[in-house]
Amino acid sequence: MIALGRQDRVLNGVVYALLSLVLLAVAYPLYFVVIASISDPFLVNRGLVWMLPRGVTLEGYERILQHQDLLRGYRNSLVYTTLGTALNLSLTLTSAYALSRRDLRGRNAFMLYLTFTMFFSGGLIPSFLLIRSLGLYNSFWIMILPAGGSALHLTVSVFNIIIARTFFMNTIPQELLDAAVIDGCSDLRFFRTVVLPLSGAIVAVLMVFYAVGHWNGFFHGLIYLRDRERFPLQLILRDILIQNTFTDEMEIDDENVMAAMMLAESIKYGMIIVASVPMLILYPFVQKHYVRGVMIGAIKG
Amino acid sequence: MSPAPAISATVRRIAPAMGLARSWQLYLLLLPTLLLVFLFQYVPMYGVTIAFKNFKPHLGVLGSDWVGLRHFVRFFESPSFWRLIRNTVLLSGYELLLGFPIPILLALMMNVVTGRRFKRTVQMVTYAPHFISTVVIVGMLGVFLSKNFGLANHLLEALGGGRVFFLGRTEWFRSLYVLSEVWQSAGWGTIIYLAALSAIDPEQHEAAVVDGATLWQRVWRIDVPGILPTIVILLILNVGRIMNLGFEKAFLMQNALNLDVSEIISTYVYKVGLIDARFSFAAAVGLFNTVINFVLLVSVNRVAKLLGQSGLW
Repeated sequence: MIALGRQDRVLNGVVYALLSLVLLAVAYPLYFVVIASISDPFLVNRGLVWMLPRGVTLEGYERILQHQDLLRGYRNSLVYTTLGTALNLSLTLTSAYALSRRDLRGRNAFMLYLTFTMFFSGGLIPSFLLIRSLGLYNSFWIMILPAGGSALHLTVSVFNIIIARTFFMNTIPQELLDAAVIDGCSDLRFFRTVVLPLSGAIVAVLMVFYAVGHWNGFFHGLIYLRDRERFPLQLILRDILIQNTFTDEMEIDDENVMAAMMLAESIKYGMIIVASVPMLILYPFVQKHYVRGVMIGAIKG
Repeated sequence: MSPAPAISATVRRIAPAMGLARSWQLYLLLLPTLLLVFLFQYVPMYGVTIAFKNFKPHLGVLGSDWVGLRHFVRFFESPSFWRLIRNTVLLSGYELLLGFPIPILLALMMNVVTGRRFKRTVQMVTYAPHFISTVVIVGMLGVFLSKNFGLANHLLEALGGGRVFFLGRTEWFRSLYVLSEVWQSAGWGTIIYLAALSAIDPEQHEAAVVDGATLWQRVWRIDVPGILPTIVILLILNVGRIMNLGFEKAFLMQNALNLDVSEIISTYVYKVGLIDARFSFAAAVGLFNTVINFVLLVSVNRVAKLLGQSGLW
């Protein structure tokens, strides 16, 4: 422990104070959403709830659970996220492992082939036309395939391939492979029985990356889906949370209209929570693995 | 000590002979990714030729007529051109100005903190918003800033001010965009700097303390230089992306009242291309943007190298 001089103690105090402010600024809105979601809509919207929930009620949540559109979107997103993440993960891990092998001929050419797409892409319109001509427009599969368009899906995975590749190169000792080769172990078996079990940290990190991307993604569904039955949660949420901003301009006199609007406004707090919970559950996972995984994977040695 | 190096050498001598026969399985692992990248990334790169054609859906990309640079000229001469460039650069520049240094400052501060519990708490809380979707963030802006019901306006009124319709005012759009962005991503952005800071040899600090250096001096003379390469690389990436502003948030925050400042290149491409179905024109606008991004990235990288920093490549 390093002893601090007087000047240092002042600086230290300033740092603690500033960080406490940051902490408050980030935490309060989140906290407020939680207490507002279980408080009486009238009190919330009159600005009478600040520190603690008042007039506790679960009516908002009950209404959310009856919202058919939202529930369907939720189910869709769960399916898209699970299958999409599984596909992303298998593609990323397999290709990253192959590219991590020094004895893979043409390795640099393959890397160039992949990284070029991070810096240059055909863009939205050509991708859209391609998807349409493949008959994938408005299909279930378009939400799962790592297809381009926003340049997001694949570029993100190329970035992830690089991270995973660096991870493999740094953590799988060459001696292990040599020993396996002597024992007559095939590459596929080595990948399955030796590499994967040693790669828990990077698998966890990538899984969270992809899952968050799928669950929170909005653009992909907006462009490639037409039928409401297929909409992921985020598209449904937009309709409820954002699209009626305009009614806000109006001056309201009618008591009944006002009450209905307040209830509608209050339900939004509950929806924010319901929509964000699945990703926040993944969060402790990240805490544990993320920093380590990124450090091993991303920082070039 | 161990026989491993010897075996390793033997295997490496034999391996080339077994070469391809052995590694077909590696190519098998690689193949699906290569094919998907070809289909979904390289085929659209060819499809971008429609920017120089008059694309007709029934004729397809190949069959449509060439029109040269007509779509580009039309875009450059259109009244929206300068407005789009201005909106994109201003919004992006504002975001860079605030969003880039804040994570660095936060990381430096977190790194100084000695109390483990406090540090963990700050990290836990500030990382969390990263996991919230853009739709929800914009939705939160909506409920907090609502003119009739929002917390911000209740507070303003309590302080004796008038109510403001934040989301409908052009002068608020950029600040709300950038501040909410900082709120959401500044904490997460510290991770890479914290990783770089943890790679600094603690002996440097110990030696500095022995020499009587203050905390401030240690941060300024040891920590900052230690993470400078990371800062430069991230700065290159960010400046290179200045015209490559994401679509989602601007689109979600747009409404008829703020369109003058909120319409950026990516939202424009979406509307012209997919809503109005002017495919060729929109592809030209998109290509123009891609080329600018590419040139920006290459030049910024060049500049960084001239200044003696290691660039991206």
